[in-house]
Amino acid sequence: MLYFTRPSPSAPRPAPFPWPLAPAVIWMLVFFFIPLLLVLAISFASRGIYGGVRWAFTLSNYALIVDPLYLRIYLRSFLLAVATTGLCLVLGFPWAYFIARCPVRWQGVWLLLVIIPFWTNFLVRTYAWMFILRTEGLMNTILMQIGLIESPIEILYTNAAILIGLVYGYLPFMVLPLYAALARLDLSLIEAAQDLYAGGWSVLQRVILPLTRPGIVAGCLLVFIPSVGAFITPDLLGGARTMMVGNLIQHEYLVIRDWPLGSAISFALMALVLAGTLAYIRSGGTLQGLEERR
Amino acid sequence: MIRRGGWLFGLSVANLVFLYVPIAILIVFSFNASRLSAGWTGFTLQWYRELIMDQALLASVQNSVIVALVSTLIATVLGVAAAVGMERLSIRAQRWVEAGVILPLVVPEIMLGVALMLFFVTIKWPLSLMTVTIGHAAFNLPVVMVIVRARLRRLDPRLEEAASDLGATRWQAFRRVTLPLLTPAVIGGVLMAFTISLDDFIVTFFTGGPGSTTLPLKVYSMIKAGVSPVVNAVSAVLLVLSMALIGLSMAVQRKRDY
Amino acid sequence: MDEPSVDIRDLVKYHGATPAVDHCSLTVRKGEFFSLLGPSGSGKTSTLRLVAGFEQPDHGEIVIEGRSMNGVPPNRRPVNLVFQNYALFPHLTVFGNIAFGLEMRGVSKVEIASRVQAALEMVKLADRRDRLPAELSGGEQQRVALVRALVNRPAVVLLDEPLGALDQQLRLDMQVELKAIQVDVGLTFLYVTHHQEEALTMSDRVAVMHRGRILQVGSPQEIYESPASLFVAQFIGLSNSVPGRVIEVHGTQCTLRAPDLPDLHAPRSANVREGSRATLVLRPERLHLAQERRLNGFENAIPARIEKAVYNGSEMQYWARLPDQEQWKVRVPNGGVDQKRFQAGDAVCLQWSVMDGVTLAE
Repeated sequence: MLYFTRPSPSAPRPAPFPWPLAPAVIWMLVFFFIPLLLVLAISFASRGIYGGVRWAFTLSNYALIVDPLYLRIYLRSFLLAVATTGLCLVLGFPWAYFIARCPVRWQGVWLLLVIIPFWTNFLVRTYAWMFILRTEGLMNTILMQIGLIESPIEILYTNAAILIGLVYGYLPFMVLPLYAALARLDLSLIEAAQDLYAGGWSVLQRVILPLTRPGIVAGCLLVFIPSVGAFITPDLLGGARTMMVGNLIQHEYLVIRDWPLGSAISFALMALVLAGTLAYIRSGGTLQGLEERR
Repeated sequence: MIRRGGWLFGLSVANLVFLYVPIAILIVFSFNASRLSAGWTGFTLQWYRELIMDQALLASVQNSVIVALVSTLIATVLGVAAAVGMERLSIRAQRWVEAGVILPLVVPEIMLGVALMLFFVTIKWPLSLMTVTIGHAAFNLPVVMVIVRARLRRLDPRLEEAASDLGATRWQAFRRVTLPLLTPAVIGGVLMAFTISLDDFIVTFFTGGPGSTTLPLKVYSMIKAGVSPVVNAVSAVLLVLSMALIGLSMAVQRKRDY
Repeated sequence: MDEPSVDIRDLVKYHGATPAVDHCSLTVRKGEFFSLLGPSGSGKTSTLRLVAGFEQPDHGEIVIEGRSMNGVPPNRRPVNLVFQNYALFPHLTVFGNIAFGLEMRGVSKVEIASRVQAALEMVKLADRRDRLPAELSGGEQQRVALVRALVNRPAVVLLDEPLGALDQQLRLDMQVELKAIQVDVGLTFLYVTHHQEEALTMSDRVAVMHRGRILQVGSPQEIYESPASLFVAQFIGLSNSVPGRVIEVHGTQCTLRAPDLPDLHAPRSANVREGSRATLVLRPERLHLAQERRLNGFENAIPARIEKAVYNGSEMQYWARLPDQEQWKVRVPNGGVDQKRFQAGDAVCLQWSVMDGVTLAE
């Protein structure tokens, strides 16, 4: 009888070449990854005399991006993004918890109400706040008519206006992954904790938060990433004195036409975002969790 | 427990008010007679009339629809094929492709915009409606792929086995079993891609050239020119269109979800 | 009847480094209801998937109706599988599901309609023809899965624990119905289950598998009455076992000596000779309980003490402690109110005749 000297690895049917994948891979390589690498390359090049790029290697762009003038912009972007994420979490978590504990029939309705703004035009939603907050806008008109204030509050074109706009724009991004995590949470675990003498705060801290951590991290990431790179919100609701990184990048490319410097700033921003994503994956989050917002 | 549910409910309603009242105000004031004041001075359809008379605006709508249709088509064909083709890869290779798919979804949009602009300028491809369309397909492809793949992974692999056990070839099994079961996801992906494309501002802003003004670009320049009831009217139209698209997508998905 | 339908020859399949199927050979005869019985992980489902063609063997071959199946893809094999979770196509109606295989083989529309109709009537589902699988009960889904395979009249119908998802009562009904259908259609059934009662009830023959190997092939009666190994004896039904040494062999009988027990008389099986080690296996229902030793026809008797007595309606179940500290199970059929019943603490005598035991040489 023929015996194997060594277990032969189970030989599956040789899979055919994954040709259906090829066009998409080529498309993404040419129109996504190569352009990204180009940004990286240009960030090490020099500025041409009339804008554009001179292919001479230099690190000076990366030296320039730490200019104190720029540092203030990064710091503002970072702080506004953190504040946005924090506010969205505070507003979104109880909301997501409420939805997840609704009767299933109502859950669908609530979710739809969360999703609708997310599907509607971002420009339009930002414009709505311009309309409300501007000096001669609705808020000031009403407040003055009822006599609460004497003269209009200047809130448009401030950090506060940007913060309102960002929270307004990205709150659904926080609620959806939180809901997904909370809906999966077994209700009997909460009951078990209560049965074991845990009060409301302890249940939240010792049971709910640890079990929904991946959803919380995913939601925070989904809010933080677009907030820190925001362009429209600070452009419309902020002023010249409240630039964020997104506006700075646009300014460098299209106004000053310093492409290498713009590229260096862009790459620094992307590095920050990728670092956040990697930290998320390290903390046990899956790519699937990020996809759940869809 | 009821008291706790009480404040949760209150906060949820407050959130809803926060999300919807600005939109509602916008729509209400698109019917306000006064051009300048934020006070209500009477009902008018004047701004909608100005809207449909605006040739540049109508041209931008046409551009938007062309870009959305073509980029969605490209993204859907390539994205569905890729999602299906991925099943043939080893688990390791699948993880790499997944990371490659996730990256475009987490990179800030402005990054994609400037990268594409630099790319097209470097290879001397004039910025036009075509470069805009390519850019849109680049961010829509991962969206379609992720949606279809999520559905594909929930499918029972034994269904394809059952089909081949009953005499179906690989292609027949895909055509008769897998594809019909993927249809809701494909439709969902199409609608999602179409909506994102219609709404996109940043990538269009950087990859567009003369004559490729889409509706969001046009709205942006109108907003930049100053708050005006005409912008309110455009916004109202856009909002209603978005709602219609969502309604459609929900209806289709509900009907075909097994 | 004796014509081979499936011939499995020295089959080997590795999953990673461990063999899931380890040099298995067996022959299923035409028209036979043949069961592969074993605990989970014993290799029975792997064997079935190899026959279905979802996996290719690492060694050996499978021959169906005289044709080697090596390298033949599942869609070209004359077999159809009833999946454990049924794997009904959720987007097709009952009709669409059952017609699927016939359509794939290019059978004419008219013939498909009549064959599907006949199949539906056979399992009394004609009124469910246009329903989607999600609209059917578990038992109905199970029958659709069954006829989806049967309607193609394959050389072999493969069944992978098809009753596993049903509740107990439906399961019992379906056992009878499935067997009746098999006799009716006259097709060869290769049935995989971990449920020993199911296998014994329905099968013409059973192969007991353990750790990728086939331990015994035989009729349900042979498997139950004459287990070839201790594993088979313990896996099929309940049993008590006494390891000991053979001290005497005479004719068709032998005498076994175990510590702290009287010498036991047992039937002599092959490989049993004087001085060899052997295990005596006794079924709980073959033991008789008496208040005192009274050898009316019983060659064996051991004193014991009842530790637990359970009344379950059809029988009394006792747990008895023996002098060697082992605990034995005893089952006594309910013989009416006059029957003597024992209670915990009672001293009793366990008795049985020579031919009720099975001697297994080690």
